[in-house]
Amino acid sequence: MTTTPTETAPATASPLRRLLPGAPAGRDPRGSTLLRHLAVAVFAGTLVVLVTNQLAPYQNLQVARVCAFLCVTAGHTVLVGLNGQLSLGHGALMATGAYTVALTQQALDERAVRGWWTLPASLLAGVAVTALGGLVVGLAAARLRGPYLAGVTLAVATLVPAVTTIFTGVFNGEQGLSFPAQTPPAALGAYFQPERWLAWIALAAALLTMLLLANLVRSRFGRSLVVVRDDEVAARLAGIPVARTQVLAFVVSAACAGLGGGVYAMLTATVAPGKFPLDLSLFLLMAIVIGGLGSLAGAVWGAVLLVALQDLPGLLTEHLSLSAGLAQRLEGNLALAVFGLVLIVVMLAAPGGLQGGVRALTARLRGAVRRRPATRRSPDR
Amino acid sequence: MTAVLEVEALSSGYGPVPVLRDVAFTVPAGTVTAVLGANGAGKTTLLRTLSGLLRPTGGRVRYAGEDLRGVRVEHLVRRGLAHVPEGRGVVTELTVAENLRLGGLWRRDRADARRALDEVYELFPALARRRDHAGHQLSGGERQMLAIGRALIARPRLLLLDEPSLGLAPKVTAQIMALLRRLRDERGLTVLLVEQNVRSALSVADQGIVMSLGRVVTAAPAARLRDDDQLRHAYLGF
Amino acid sequence: MERFWFLTFDGLAAGAVYAAFALALVLIWRAARVVNFAQGAMAVATAYVGYAVVSATGSYWLGLAAAILSGLALGALVERVLMRFAGPGGPLNQVIVALGLVLVIQAVLGMIFGNEYRPAPAPFDTDALTIAGVAALSPYDLWVLGAALTVVALLAVLFTRTPIGLRMRAAAFAPEVSRLLGVSVGRMLTLGWALAAAVGALAGMLVVPTGLGLHSHAMDLVFVIAFTAAVVGGLDSPVGAVVGGLLVGLILSYVTGYLGPDTTPLAVLVLLLAVLLVRPGGLFSAARARHV
Ligand SMILES: Nc1ncnc2c1ncn2[C@@H]1O[C@H](COP(=O)(O)OP(=O)(O)O)[C@@H](O)[C@H]1O
Ligand SMILES: [Mg+2]
Repeated sequence: MTTTPTETAPATASPLRRLLPGAPAGRDPRGSTLLRHLAVAVFAGTLVVLVTNQLAPYQNLQVARVCAFLCVTAGHTVLVGLNGQLSLGHGALMATGAYTVALTQQALDERAVRGWWTLPASLLAGVAVTALGGLVVGLAAARLRGPYLAGVTLAVATLVPAVTTIFTGVFNGEQGLSFPAQTPPAALGAYFQPERWLAWIALAAALLTMLLLANLVRSRFGRSLVVVRDDEVAARLAGIPVARTQVLAFVVSAACAGLGGGVYAMLTATVAPGKFPLDLSLFLLMAIVIGGLGSLAGAVWGAVLLVALQDLPGLLTEHLSLSAGLAQRLEGNLALAVFGLVLIVVMLAAPGGLQGGVRALTARLRGAVRRRPATRRSPDR
Repeated sequence: MTAVLEVEALSSGYGPVPVLRDVAFTVPAGTVTAVLGANGAGKTTLLRTLSGLLRPTGGRVRYAGEDLRGVRVEHLVRRGLAHVPEGRGVVTELTVAENLRLGGLWRRDRADARRALDEVYELFPALARRRDHAGHQLSGGERQMLAIGRALIARPRLLLLDEPSLGLAPKVTAQIMALLRRLRDERGLTVLLVEQNVRSALSVADQGIVMSLGRVVTAAPAARLRDDDQLRHAYLGF
Repeated sequence: MERFWFLTFDGLAAGAVYAAFALALVLIWRAARVVNFAQGAMAVATAYVGYAVVSATGSYWLGLAAAILSGLALGALVERVLMRFAGPGGPLNQVIVALGLVLVIQAVLGMIFGNEYRPAPAPFDTDALTIAGVAALSPYDLWVLGAALTVVALLAVLFTRTPIGLRMRAAAFAPEVSRLLGVSVGRMLTLGWALAAAVGALAGMLVVPTGLGLHSHAMDLVFVIAFTAAVVGGLDSPVGAVVGGLLVGLILSYVTGYLGPDTTPLAVLVLLLAVLLVRPGGLFSAARARHV
């Protein structure tokens, strides 16, 4: 599960030569890369499915949440890490996907439209609407630089939950919306664990996202992302449409966030503004930074971290037998302080994040095996 | 004649890229030394290393007999070493008066700082007239005068000048060279003058150092560089 | 019409705080080319300190002084310990570090003080005085307006009339040249952060009593509004920040007054996007365009 096919090298002094179209960028075995990614996806999928068969309902729900977050973090890390656009608003994009799915599911249910395809259709609607939102923000973003983009997306994240109270008629304010929960198909048997079914759906969404992104990153467009990040002038000289690349990156990233948000809503069959606070957007950023910016494998670490962040506080206070008042104050805050601190330390000391560490470790091991110094970063692996 | 600046086996560069290799020369007190060489020869890199903006990767710089290693950039001016960087180094957002004031802020002797300021205005009447204009409103020549004038407020012993003639009209360039000559003759100022404008530089310099690809390829009295055809052809290309 | 005047005065008082807070953002932006996304959280932290001193000593003024002093210290600390080392990695890294700081500060405040709103009494009456039959400013509004404008004036004097202000400006505009002229650029940077955080602390002390009270998230919205104000004025311009703050205060006051408080957040977002798309350099940007 942690070995994803795509490794993107961290920013280095001159990735340009390797990445510029026209430069000898190694072989471009598009076909074989796709096959390899597919193989890894099938392998990871089978593994997780097998694991879910052994898990209790709550644990399966955790797996499902990791998968939902993975959709978001994977898209986010591509945008921030590879394209250098710092979005602090991905929590709001998740909310967009989640509310779209909830509204679509409600509408379909009210009209008594049923069938296996209703959920995929709703999720697709969520992706589409969020991508559209991403297009709007992305268009603004392409004209903005660094702090402005971060500020605008932060404003979006801070203010969007308020939209649900302005249009209470549609979004039902603080209460939020609920819709019928997903039930396992009859073919799986009457006693099939519903949480396992949810985990499978989320897994499918995550694998699809990872597969698409992994190929995207390896494509010509993926290389353009990095060139645009490192040097817009050089990108222009190389014939890369800078603004269009940035907007498209934002749209793709938003679509992933929309899918993740939709799946996330499906898990509880509810949405409410309280689930998408400003902090969520900051957590998402924290997750991809600690996981390793720009790395899809790092996005997996990040997704796991996010679920841990949600679940850790309860565990801590349960096992430490603290006074009620203290427990209440520590709840949530302790984990947050630790992760915030880790975020800072990672940024200052190890910008490669967890995945950077893993990469360095495997490189060293392999180097030791081959009895020669490991090259720090081989261009094609 | 005592040397104000002694450079031994100096090397430096940007990150892993070496630029200066094994550079050595001395600058006698009260002289103008021209550093010549083509674009990219490493002249700017040399000055930046001398004033500590770049950390040397090897070798030594002795200024007035003292090793400069470990001396912070912002303390050099207090010891009388002034560096007017390439591109003139005027803070364009500040006014002429503010730029000049900035040059003397570190000085304890406020009275002498005032006197030095008045002298600069006397030396460059154009600056006095444009006292309250912002740096970006000045012409190229005025900016160069401002940068040099600001350095003079420190009452330096050694002035490092990086291509003062860049982008200036020949007449203005000649004025600046004449000024350097005057400062040397009247105040005993020592100047290390980086120039691509070889003729102008040699018109004022006492000795010349020719750099190429980060090395000193020749050092000779300015008169010889001017007059020895062979030397001129070989190193200066005219 | 009466309502209009009331909203105008109210907007000016709120705008003065946004102006001070925006000014703090501009100070750091000019000094270090980084938007301090942790400024809201830092201001909340210092406000907690301030009100802890208020409740210990019973004096609002001691508390205010404590908040401002702790702002100075916190700003210097953040620059020395964090930003200095994040800087080489680029502005993206600094923003991310600032956001990490937000998480840490808010979590630590939550752990120490709990997650409920704590009362933050105002030093003056907050009921509006009635002048010639029109409900206008309250005594507290007057204090806020006066304090914010005093700080703005003091900063203007500091930057344009004092040697240290000249050093700080030079260090921000041309760090390398400034070092060659004997300016300790690193120290100026630390000072810039300290000053900005102190101004932020004052703004925090002023704004907290007008809201629901002390809470680790009390400044979230204020930060976004102040950022908007700074952008309206152009991030580079202190005067712009002040005018932008007052302008945004007025606009939000009218929107809230005439369309209802729920619409305020949306108005902020629309305003921010509108300014950025129509005039990215801010309303007061110089004719000189920035080349990217
Ligand atoms: N900031 C820099 N980073 C990397 N290399 C540089 C930098 N500045 C200059 N160089 C390189 O150092 C060499 C010398 O440059 P420079 O000292 O500016 O030459 P000069 O002043 O003689 O024209 C050149 O090859 C140039 O490409
Ligand atoms: Mg040069």
